[in-house]
This record gives sequence, structure tokens and C-alpha cells, in this order.
Amino acid sequence: MKRIVVALAGNPNSGKSSLFNLLTGAHQHVANYPGVTVETQQGYCRYQDHEMVVVDLPGTYSLSAYSTEELIARHFILEEKPDVVVDVVDASNIERNLYLGTQLIEMGRPLVFAFNMADLAKRRGLVFDLGQLSRLLEARIVPTVGNKGEGRTPLLEAILQTAQEGSKTRIHTVPYGDEIEEELSRIEKAVFQWETGLGETYGLRWLAVKLLEQDEEIVARVRHREVLDLVDKSVRHLRGIFRDEPEIVMADRRYGFISGACQETIKNSVERRHDASDTIDAAVTNRVLGLPIFLVLMYAVFWLTFVLGEYPMKVLERLFGWLGTAVSGLWPVGSESWLRSLLVDGVIAGVGGVVVFLPNILLLFLAIALLEDTGYMARAAFVMDRLMHKIGLHGKSFIPMLIGFGCSVPAIMATRILENRRNRLTTILVIPLMSCGARLTIYSLLIPAFFSPHWRGPVMWSIYLIGILLAVVCAKLLRLTIFQGETMPFVMELPPYRVPTPRSVLIHMWQRGWMFLKKAGTVILGISVVLWVLANFPKPAAQELAGLDAAQARQVALAHSTMGRVGHLLEPALRPLGFDWKIGTALLGSLAAKEVFVSQLSIVYAAQSQDDADVLREKLRADYTPLVGFCIMLFCLISAPCVATLALTRQEAGSWRWMAFQFFSLTILAYVITFVVFQAGSLWM
Amino acid sequence: MGKVLAERNQVRLLSAVKTGEKARLVHVDAGRRLNSRLAALGFVPEAEITVVSNGHPGSFVVVVKDVKMALGRGVAHKIRVK
Repeated sequence: MKRIVVALAGNPNSGKSSLFNLLTGAHQHVANYPGVTVETQQGYCRYQDHEMVVVDLPGTYSLSAYSTEELIARHFILEEKPDVVVDVVDASNIERNLYLGTQLIEMGRPLVFAFNMADLAKRRGLVFDLGQLSRLLEARIVPTVGNKGEGRTPLLEAILQTAQEGSKTRIHTVPYGDEIEEELSRIEKAVFQWETGLGETYGLRWLAVKLLEQDEEIVARVRHREVLDLVDKSVRHLRGIFRDEPEIVMADRRYGFISGACQETIKNSVERRHDASDTIDAAVTNRVLGLPIFLVLMYAVFWLTFVLGEYPMKVLERLFGWLGTAVSGLWPVGSESWLRSLLVDGVIAGVGGVVVFLPNILLLFLAIALLEDTGYMARAAFVMDRLMHKIGLHGKSFIPMLIGFGCSVPAIMATRILENRRNRLTTILVIPLMSCGARLTIYSLLIPAFFSPHWRGPVMWSIYLIGILLAVVCAKLLRLTIFQGETMPFVMELPPYRVPTPRSVLIHMWQRGWMFLKKAGTVILGISVVLWVLANFPKPAAQELAGLDAAQARQVALAHSTMGRVGHLLEPALRPLGFDWKIGTALLGSLAAKEVFVSQLSIVYAAQSQDDADVLREKLRADYTPLVGFCIMLFCLISAPCVATLALTRQEAGSWRWMAFQFFSLTILAYVITFVVFQAGSLWM
Repeated sequence: MGKVLAERNQVRLLSAVKTGEKARLVHVDAGRRLNSRLAALGFVPEAEITVVSNGHPGSFVVVVKDVKMALGRGVAHKIRVK
């Protein structure tokens, strides 16, 4: 059985991910393709005895060196050399979509075009002569409707045939006109002579084209002055002739080629009319109405997650409680077993505490997927841009931040849509301030404990708002100091409004939700075990436990353990914040994984199981004032994000430095702010 | 008559084009990055730009190569058209 590697490329909004899902179905995951350091979405599918590995590249408009996503996409194609590249094209606006296609053609990998959204194209009155167009582009073209599931088999067939044919030399290349072709020829010869290695890896023509475009990445790879000088000369020569950068002229020629090919093969019988989309946009992006509409929608999103999520959450809580009891029951009553403790108090409590919030998080991701699939998200980014710009960020930054209210892990992944590196780093660093779903475990324990029903809503909102405000301030500070620089001016495609298919919305929701679950299953599980060890060893001698009941015994044991001792050590530092060693212990746990805070606290207070939340609350109320309760939440909100988030920051930001910076600065910030609030609050009350 | 023709071909900023009007791109006066990005999106010399909304009261929205795009603060001021 042969293995075929297929790369999916295409513009954003071309329906590429629906096609990816169509091809791979349930067999997909985010993975590291061997040898590649960047995480990409990968999936498998089997067709006629061949195993196809499908890699979903980031959606891009082009393959320049200007943005992370483009670099990821092009590295994969040039270095991993997939057997087939599928360019997913939105058939209802072919010309713009084929721009990327021309660049893919130049890269020389075997190519297949998927003319997606074929139904929309038909509705717009477009008629294609695919045979002729296929000949001009020298690649097979398959019409598909990704979100309805049409075209799968023909596409797989085309991929298979193309893979079997392998690399062919092209007859038609994108013609750039005599003057440019002449310079390209010169550069190709120079590269062949001086940079043979480079030429073999990437292909002479592609290199020459990139050099003439003054592509930063490629220019940096060239060692020999002779080549660079020649390129310089060519660029200046062409600048003189065209009174424009060669890069722009070449873009123009590409569109010329596309236009020519399309004119011969596509008939458009319907003129673009001012439609319903435009009317909605007039309201939604309106200078006066836009922001209020946006805020109403955001409120609806959060309402959905909190109110609707309530019931499934209770169900899950009960389920994990039952699970804990069931596992516990496997051992005879009264027996002491470290394994039982590990499983029930460590694993089930730890992981359960996280998974309980899955409904909440999934609902948020569902709402976001809905907003994205209908097309509203682009408009929202535009509306937010005016505000974001004031703190130095791009309108698009709001999307990862919104996702951050569910879980930081998919949120940081989402920052890839930001092209400006400084922008992206700033956003990554402040995402943890968006109170994530995990922190909800802490709020839902503490808020009912300290505040009357009347106050609960406002207190919760205030925590969220404080997080947002802090994020704004920090982002601004970062942009004024470390990450100075111009933001990319806002240019964003406004896709036509669409009625989303349930299938695609659910898949988008699940893709992000899965990241959260994976985090729970791996990192949180690991941390829970580590913390369980720290909280249970070393054990006190038998005589210390004489005469105490089970709950009190556990309390003593905790004080005796590593965790307890460190908590005691830290107490002097925590007193100014209103905390004691018990809170300190729980906070230690939460520095590694937010969710574990609650289970740690319940151990400290010798509560027996999850169901004793009210008992725990009573004890907390007895020990602390509402001010302290609020301060605890404040500290948890701001302080260091969970291990999974840190790990992802390191990955996406590229170095340990940023991860450490995020960890320390947020913790220090948390300390300072909680200190101020507690001290001021105590004086006042 | 000659004056009318000259006016129609007069070079002006995209931001000056009224809602519903069309124009052809002359040049983008911006840094390499924005220039390149816009070119990839279809803003090449002689490309037809239709102004769907000039920004009062909405955002600046155009159609280029059949695709609708929102342009933010100042981008429309950097594009010369005729």
C-alpha cells in the first residue's frame, strides 16, 4: 500500500477546511509531521489501496515572506515536497483565488485544483470550460462543494492520478513579459553557477522570481555577492523601466495571465449587484451602530455559554462524582491505598475538575464557529479595529482573544492569523488575561461561598472586565515599550454572508474543543499526578495521626507533605495579600494548572469529595472575608497561566524567553495588584 | 468636452471616490509590505475598483476582482486611482 502526502492550500474563506474534513472525516489530528517543527492539521484517508496523508496548510492569499502563515505554507511545500498540492479555489471568485494558484504552479509540485463552492458559482451564473482551463493551467480541475460533501471521490481520483504521474515539466509558465523574463534568465544562470545547492532544492525559476521580488527570506539565504549584485542591478533596471517595484509588476502580470485564461474559459452571465449582503454591512459596520451591534452579539455569546452550559455541567459533575465513588468502592471500606488515593483524589478529581467545564467551552466555540461561518467575524474584526488600533493591536487580534475566554490553547493557535510578529507576540502574551473556562472552576466555588445571590452576577462580570481592562493596559504598555512599531493597516476580505451548515459549524467547534480536551487529558493529567505526589508525601508518622478522624488526618498529612511545607514557607509572603498557607498551597497547585486549585483547597479543608462543595464553602466562609475571596480570584485571574498555555507560548513565540517573561511578569503583576486591592480594601472596610 | 474627459481620467485618491463609483488603480503609495499585500489581493495597475461604501457612515468597502474588502484607517488615502 503506497503512501501519498497531499497538501491543501488555498485562500482563507475558500472552504478549505470543509474540504479537509470531507477528505479525512474523523481521522484527523493536529500533529507534527516528521521533520517539521510547526504544528499543522493533519488527517488520513484511504482510497483504492493507497493511504493518503492530508496536511491542511494555513489559508493564504499569496506565498510571500511577509507573514508566518505564508512561510509555514511555503516551507511545507518546498521542503517536505508533498506528492500532490491541492489548491482549493472559491469558484465564485476565481480570479483572485488563482493568484495563489500561479505561485503554486511556479513551485513545481504536482498540482490539482479543487473548484470549491461550485454551487455558489452556478448560482452566480458562472459557466466553466474546465477542459480548456485545465489545459492552460496544466493541472486537473475538480468541482467540489465542500460543506455539502460533494466531489470527494472525483477529487481523490484526481489526486491519485496526479501523484502517479509525478512531477512533469511545464509547457506554460506564467509569462512576465520580455523585460522581466530577460532579467529572470540572467538571474537563473547566476544562481545555477553560484548557488547550485539552493537551485536544486528550490528550482531555478522559483528562486529567480523570488529574488527579483526581493523576497526577504530568499535573499537572506543567498551567500554569494555575485548573485545579489546581479539581482540588485536587475531590480534597478526594471524599476527604471516600469516606475514601480518589480514585485508589483509581476503581480500585475500574474493577474494578466489569470485574466487571459479566465476570459477564454469562463462565461459570466450575471453582473454583480448590490445585494442583501451590502445592506446588512451598511448597518453592521456603521460608525455609530457597528459597536453596539457587536456588543449585543458578544453578550449573547456569553449568555449562551453560561446559561445553556449550566445543565450539562451539572450532569458532568455528577458523573465524575459517581466515577470517584465507583472507583473508590473497588477497595474495601476503611482501607488505605495509595493507588486508590492517586486515582480518586489525583486523577479523577484533577481531570474531572477540568472536563466538567467542557460544555461551557464547547458552547463558546460553537458560538464563535457560527459567527465565523456566517461571515460576521470579518465585520466584527473591522468594528473592533478602531479600538484595537488605540492600544496598538490589529482588529483581527480580537478573535484569538475571544477564543481565549474558552481556553488559551486554541486561542494562541489562532494568533497565526496575525501577520505582524510584534502584534502577534503582544496578543499571545496577554491572552491569559482573558479569563479562561478553567478559571471558572475557581469562581464557581468561591463566589457562592462569599457573596449573596444578589451580588454573584456583578462580581463575576467584574472579574472578567478586570481581565479585559488589564489586557488592554498591558497590550498598550507592551506596544509602547518592547514591541514598538507600526501596526499593519487594516485590509480584510468581507466574505458574502452565508447560511452555515450544521456540519461545518460543529466541526469547527470540535476542532478547538478538542485542543482543550487534549490539554486536559495530557498536561492536566500529568500535573494532577505530580501534585498528588507532592501533596501526599512525605507522610506523617502513625502516632501523629492517632485519634483523628479521616478528614482531620488528611489535613495533618497535607501539612506534613512537600506541598504543605512550601505553603507554610510562603505564608509570610502571602500575608500582605490576605492569604494564609492553605490558600498558598492551593495557589501553588494552580500555578501549574488553574483547575487544580479547587481540588487542592478541598484537600486542605479536608472535604471528602466533589459533592462537598457546600461544606467546603462553609469552611471557607468561616476562615476568610469576602475581600479575601475576591483577592483570591483576582490573583488567579492574573497570575501565571497554566502549563499548557506556557508550553504553547514557547512554541508559537519561538523561545523560552517569552514563556519565562509571560510567567514572571503575570505573576508579579498579580501579586502587586492583589496586594493593592487587599490593603486598600482592608483599610476601607 | 475635452475638459470632461480630462476630469474623468484625473488622478485622485481612492478615498475621494464616491459610493457606487468605479475607478482604476494607478499606484499604491505605501510601504513594501502593504503594497505587496494589496497587489496579491488584486490591487494592481489598471485594476477596476468599485467603491461599495465610502465610509460615511459605514466603513470603506470596495470590490476588487469580485471580492468585497474592508479597508481601514488611511488605506484608502494611500491608493491613487483615476
